[in-house]
Amino acid sequence: MKLFLSLCLFLSACMTPALAASAETDALLQQLTQTKLSKMPAMVQQLEATGDESLLPVFRAWLAGDLHYIRDDNTLVVEVDVNGVDTFQDPYTQATIAGLTSKQVRKIKVNNKLRGLLRGVIARIQLTSRDAGVRESAVRALLADIDDETFATLERIYPTEPNSDVRSTMQTALSIYTAQDQNSSQSARLAAIDVLGDSLENDVRNVLLSLERSDNPVLSSAATQALVSINRQVERYALVDQLFFGLSLGSVLLLASIGLAITFGVMGVINMAHGEMIMLGAYTTYVVQLLMPNYIDYSIWVAIPAAFLVSGLMGVVIERLVICRLHGRPLETLLATFGISLILQQLVRTIFSPLNRQVSTPSWMSGSWEINPVLSLTLNRLYILAFALLVFFALVMILKKSSLGLNVRAVSQNRSMAKAMGVKTEWVDAMTFGLGSGIAGIAGVALSQLTNVGPNLGQAYIIDSFMVVVFGGVGNLLGTLVAAFTLGIANKFLEPTTGAVLAAIFVLVFIILFIQKRPKGLFPQKGRAAE
Amino acid sequence: MKLKTLASAIALSGATLIALPSMAADTIKVGVLHSLSGTMAISETTLKDTVLMMVEEQNKKGGLLGKKLEAVVVDPASNWPLFAEKARELITEEDVDVIFGGWTSVSRKSVLPVIEELNGLMFYPVQYEGEESSKNVFYTGAAPNQQAIPAVNYLKDELGVERWVLAGTDYVYPRTTNKILEAYLKDMGVAEEDIMINYTPFGHSDWQSIVSDIAKFGSAGKKTAVVSTINGDANVPFYKELGNQGISSEDIPVVAFSVGEEELSGLDTEPLVGHLAAWNYFQSVETDANEAFITKWQAFTKNPERVSNDPMEATYIGFNMWANAVTVAGTTDVDEVEQAMIGQETPNLTGGIAVMNKNHHLSKPVLIGEIQDDGQFETVWETDGVVPGDAWSDFLPGSKDLIADWTAPIKCGNYNTKTKSCSGQNY
Repeated sequence: MKLFLSLCLFLSACMTPALAASAETDALLQQLTQTKLSKMPAMVQQLEATGDESLLPVFRAWLAGDLHYIRDDNTLVVEVDVNGVDTFQDPYTQATIAGLTSKQVRKIKVNNKLRGLLRGVIARIQLTSRDAGVRESAVRALLADIDDETFATLERIYPTEPNSDVRSTMQTALSIYTAQDQNSSQSARLAAIDVLGDSLENDVRNVLLSLERSDNPVLSSAATQALVSINRQVERYALVDQLFFGLSLGSVLLLASIGLAITFGVMGVINMAHGEMIMLGAYTTYVVQLLMPNYIDYSIWVAIPAAFLVSGLMGVVIERLVICRLHGRPLETLLATFGISLILQQLVRTIFSPLNRQVSTPSWMSGSWEINPVLSLTLNRLYILAFALLVFFALVMILKKSSLGLNVRAVSQNRSMAKAMGVKTEWVDAMTFGLGSGIAGIAGVALSQLTNVGPNLGQAYIIDSFMVVVFGGVGNLLGTLVAAFTLGIANKFLEPTTGAVLAAIFVLVFIILFIQKRPKGLFPQKGRAAE
Repeated sequence: MKLKTLASAIALSGATLIALPSMAADTIKVGVLHSLSGTMAISETTLKDTVLMMVEEQNKKGGLLGKKLEAVVVDPASNWPLFAEKARELITEEDVDVIFGGWTSVSRKSVLPVIEELNGLMFYPVQYEGEESSKNVFYTGAAPNQQAIPAVNYLKDELGVERWVLAGTDYVYPRTTNKILEAYLKDMGVAEEDIMINYTPFGHSDWQSIVSDIAKFGSAGKKTAVVSTINGDANVPFYKELGNQGISSEDIPVVAFSVGEEELSGLDTEPLVGHLAAWNYFQSVETDANEAFITKWQAFTKNPERVSNDPMEATYIGFNMWANAVTVAGTTDVDEVEQAMIGQETPNLTGGIAVMNKNHHLSKPVLIGEIQDDGQFETVWETDGVVPGDAWSDFLPGSKDLIADWTAPIKCGNYNTKTKSCSGQNY
């Protein structure tokens, strides 16, 4: 009996803390629903202090702004989007709570301060995660503020960490702490600074900057030295970054102007409605995404041929109805196509409203490729750069290798002779104009990922497109390529010193002066075709 | 018999024909001067609808002075000089009694000479740079001390920001606001090298290098924030680029003065979560007046998802004040309505009372909100009580001593309190 009693006592003694902890957590969570935003940071600390790791999903949902509570009984629920319908789940079991609507729940508020705290809490729990990638990002999230406890945890798990990348990040974290730790020996702090000298992390630079300002002359000079070597690397990567920005702007210019290089360059038609062909392509992307809302990731592959067809057909129609009747009258063509551009803009305004339309970015195109902490290339621009080059080479192949290309070149070089040889010049004209317009449509698909899709989209690019084609040399595709990238890079290298407005002006002035000197552009056409 | 009916029918229709012009004169005409196309259409179309809704509602209540209201809508197409032409057309040809309109400051500046020459009356419902007070204009949006200055104080005091990026679109509102902010920051002891100022053209879409510059500027070991006066649709690629380059609101918060619920609707707000905006109104503010207004607005636009925003509230306050002033004055005569306007009080939508001051600016509360993933703002800070709008900034050397007071005996838009004189320039 005595034994039984003592066993009971023992058991309850064992059980109670666990039960109490969870009851305490529950009480805190209940309290959370009634807490004001300004008092919440204290709540986060209290919740973390319980050491209850089962709270991880609650923290996560809170961070994402999905944490809600039921108005009637303050039960916490997580909002989940299931096929476009808001449903609510239990945070721990992920079981859907049926019949709960968004009217019955209230959101648990979150602001930047809380987000920072929550990220820290989650990272500290995730330090022991099984996934190396999760551990890595957890350590990186903690770099900015490492308290004594985190340091102790890191020191404990560092020797057993199997992944070398995670180990090196952990070492950086440990060094950040040691370098700032007043209680560590000078030699240990110097060694830590030495380790930090190899890291490009922003937080590391902040630590070194503050050490540089410290009273200790030895530490200060070591920090300065470490900073010098870091800054040299940072500057080198900044140059790479800038070059990438230039190439990216160049690829946008190339895409926008390559269609014009055909209609204006090869056919000699001043097509002011070229920008609107781009706009039509962008709107086609929007419509395609409307038609397949659940397959946004694949919508681009449908949008590219669709945009080519829509803009291409529109181009053929314009050529047949208007441009072919104004052959050899450039001024009238200019005015007529300008009128067409206004009509198309108004058409889009009437159909889609004057407001910009939202085109979603497929998930595989968003985010960036992080090469190191100071150099990351945004994926959408990387894809568009590759895409622009692909389109360019495809077009060159069409003109060089296909029979259409042969006819196009023949007609553009000597129309009457080509006609005498039996080439259907009218058909070739229509096809060429359709091809140029179709390519502009494809450019619209790419641009819809970078800029606003609205009725004025085309106007923003028409000037740039003409600039590129004229600068590169009319009738020369390679010239267009070189000109687009030259202007893009020049613009991006000017921008940091002059600002965006002046950079654009400088580039324009440069082109005007250049055209004075070489009226036919970078790569003038030679021979009889030039006349 | 048949002939008689026909004759009387003709007589009747003749009578109605004659009656028509006099009937038209029996309405009070309300001009709506908002861009319905072009780069600003995204923002301004909403305000046109708001005025139409207010007109419809006033007519349900029986109109004003026993007359029905009639809205006259024109489209200045985001084309600044066209604003002046359209304003002239509204006043001289359409004979409107009041104009609600304008968004960008350059459009307001373009209308000013016309409205003063023809002695019209205009309500301008958008936050602006101040440094102006015209007898013919009532400014129901925020002056810098009702938006920019409190926002900077919030960043400094609550978030501990020490380095500042002032980014704006290249025109008068951002340039003046940034001039005021720069002077204010320097007054507070912020060093020259801790302030970065950047301007971009309207509709700028390639933000790569600017965002990367901001990131570089923000990695100097001091907490950095961006104060954004970027206007119109250039905001979308700006925030997208911030997201793409991995700059979160916790690293470098962006506080915007021109991004509201309308601009966020239909936008993927995921990369924007946590960024800030300073306004005098948020749709998320829970008051009965606001709830009623939103319900009415969504019913009017037949769109249950339609959002409301700050310039709409400013239009709402302006319209109600004008209606009250016309009732008090008993006429739509511009001079009498102008005097009746001063001191008008009307409830705002966030639970306080808006007052029209002698300088033609409102007293309003200031709210700072964080963008949430549903495109709404979460109020994280607000002023205690209302802040009176200041026409002339206290932080610019040229306008420190100036006040605007449109009551007797001063009756001046830029009265110098030191020299006790009115410069004579009207705006």
